[in-house]
Amino acid sequence: MAKEKQPKQPMPPFGVWAPAVGLAWLIPGGGHFLLKRTGRGALLLLAVTGMFLCGLMMRGAMFQPQSGDILTILINTGGFIGDVCSGILYLLSVWLGYNQPDTAGHIHDYGTKFLVTAGLLNVLAMVDTFEIAAGRKD
Amino acid sequence: MPKMNLSHFEAALLFALFTSVVLGVVTKRTDRDRLHYGVYTFVCFLVALFGLGWLMYFGHG
Repeated sequence: MAKEKQPKQPMPPFGVWAPAVGLAWLIPGGGHFLLKRTGRGALLLLAVTGMFLCGLMMRGAMFQPQSGDILTILINTGGFIGDVCSGILYLLSVWLGYNQPDTAGHIHDYGTKFLVTAGLLNVLAMVDTFEIAAGRKD
Repeated sequence: MPKMNLSHFEAALLFALFTSVVLGVVTKRTDRDRLHYGVYTFVCFLVALFGLGWLMYFGHG
């Protein structure tokens, strides 16, 4: 049996969600703090920051966009976007001169994945912030 | 900054912990469901971790 199509929800005004989502990008959990969800914001802040710091302490490498074959472009650009999504954590570490070359070893490899995943988890937090700000979620 | 030296298992466990917390927080609508889903996700990670570990162990003979 075919599922009934849910009616498309209208996009809320930009001014309603943009400040919260912007803050959620800049500071992990910041959007939740702005929307008075402090408990969840604190958990997100701890988890994303903890993951990013572990990635730094494992000496993970930051991705830089590179040209070349399609796989190289996809991996490096995707990794770079993932890194940037960590917001202030990424910006601070780059401004303070963190520049770890991509070296062999399972610890470095895990570190690189931790850094990217911290950004991707922050994207999930940003989506959650958007849904709360738009009134689609409590 | 201090350097962390973890085994594969410790690193994967830490990864599972952080990821489960975020997945639990952002996916469900009540605190009880969030806690349940976070624990469920963490257990799934553990099962996959041990399952794949044993699979590789037997695969290598």
